[in-house]
Amino acid sequence: MAKVKGDIVVDIEKCKGCELCAQACPQDALELSRQVNSKGYLYIVKIEDNCTGCTNCSLVCPEGVIKVYRKTVDNKEHIATISDVKGDIKVTVAS
Amino acid sequence: MNEKRLITGDPADVLTDEAQIDAMIARESICNNENLIYERPETLTDAIFHYCPGCGHGVTHRLIAEVINELDIQSETIGIAPVGCAVFAYHYFNIDMTEAAHGRATAVATGIKRLLPDKYVFSYQGDGDLAAIGTGETIHTCNRGENILIVFVNNGIYGMTGGQMAPTTLIGMKSTTSPYGRDAATMGYPLRITEMIATLPATYYVTRQAVNTPANVRKAKKAFQKAFEYQKQKKGTCFIEIVSNCPSNWKMTPLQSNKWLEENMLTFYKLGDIKAPGKESAE
Repeated sequence: MAKVKGDIVVDIEKCKGCELCAQACPQDALELSRQVNSKGYLYIVKIEDNCTGCTNCSLVCPEGVIKVYRKTVDNKEHIATISDVKGDIKVTVAS
Repeated sequence: MNEKRLITGDPADVLTDEAQIDAMIARESICNNENLIYERPETLTDAIFHYCPGCGHGVTHRLIAEVINELDIQSETIGIAPVGCAVFAYHYFNIDMTEAAHGRATAVATGIKRLLPDKYVFSYQGDGDLAAIGTGETIHTCNRGENILIVFVNNGIYGMTGGQMAPTTLIGMKSTTSPYGRDAATMGYPLRITEMIATLPATYYVTRQAVNTPANVRKAKKAFQKAFEYQKQKKGTCFIEIVSNCPSNWKMTPLQSNKWLEENMLTFYKLGDIKAPGKESAE
């Protein structure tokens, strides 16, 4: 099973904390910070590690400050063993 | 390491021991250019938008910039900034832009397009600019079928001047010049200028979009892509209305304003293509 792993990087100096991204995030992974940036705005931080890289946050971001990364991570490949086979096994031997 | 600390932004997240650093690196290991799927387009400058938090102008700017970037027409595009909230649009687009007198952006766009017919020309206007003071210019530009794109951001209020009533203000909606709500008997009805323009034979593509949800943003981006494509094929005037919010002058938080937009603005200003190739015009 391939698993999609995503991550975001927010340019916190440009973020104005409108929270539209937090609402758009299907994973509820975003939240306002407890600190302010140099312009005096609270900014968005990622609080959960379940990002899938769906880009919803960056699509609704009015400031265009969210960079999105996505990677399909392959879990350990499943190798078929003899116990997986149900029924007869037919073996063809090429001469 | 300093940058990583900034990203999480949490004072408790100060990196102290090796294990924490390793955990952090493992978590952010996919943040490299190979996996980058979205970033701010190059056609936007690095300037911070002056718009209020949550304003739809920012998304609209970004979508136009993204489409220009994807079509690789950065050096061939000329934009016209309006008077209104988007008056500083020329600071944010990394393309050739000029400023027009209040309401006259489409007239300036006409001149530029006629002198430089191979360039892509778009005007970017708000509802006070396009639907109030510039009604004449807008109607006649569309009636001539000038081969330009007109972007109309409709938030139902005069944003820059402090929340006065606009022609597009909804019935019953409060503004500083209609403190008891807009009354049709004395103030008239909200103007659906997009429908009006769709009745003109010279317009080619007239559509209304919104940027409040990810799905609507995707649709709006497709509309911009189509409009630039039609301009390349010299089909006629393309007109895109973006129904936007105005958290500051609606006196709401950005989240509340998007909810209000969904419930009130979008029931009056219905989204979708009003006039498109292959679709009967809604007359």
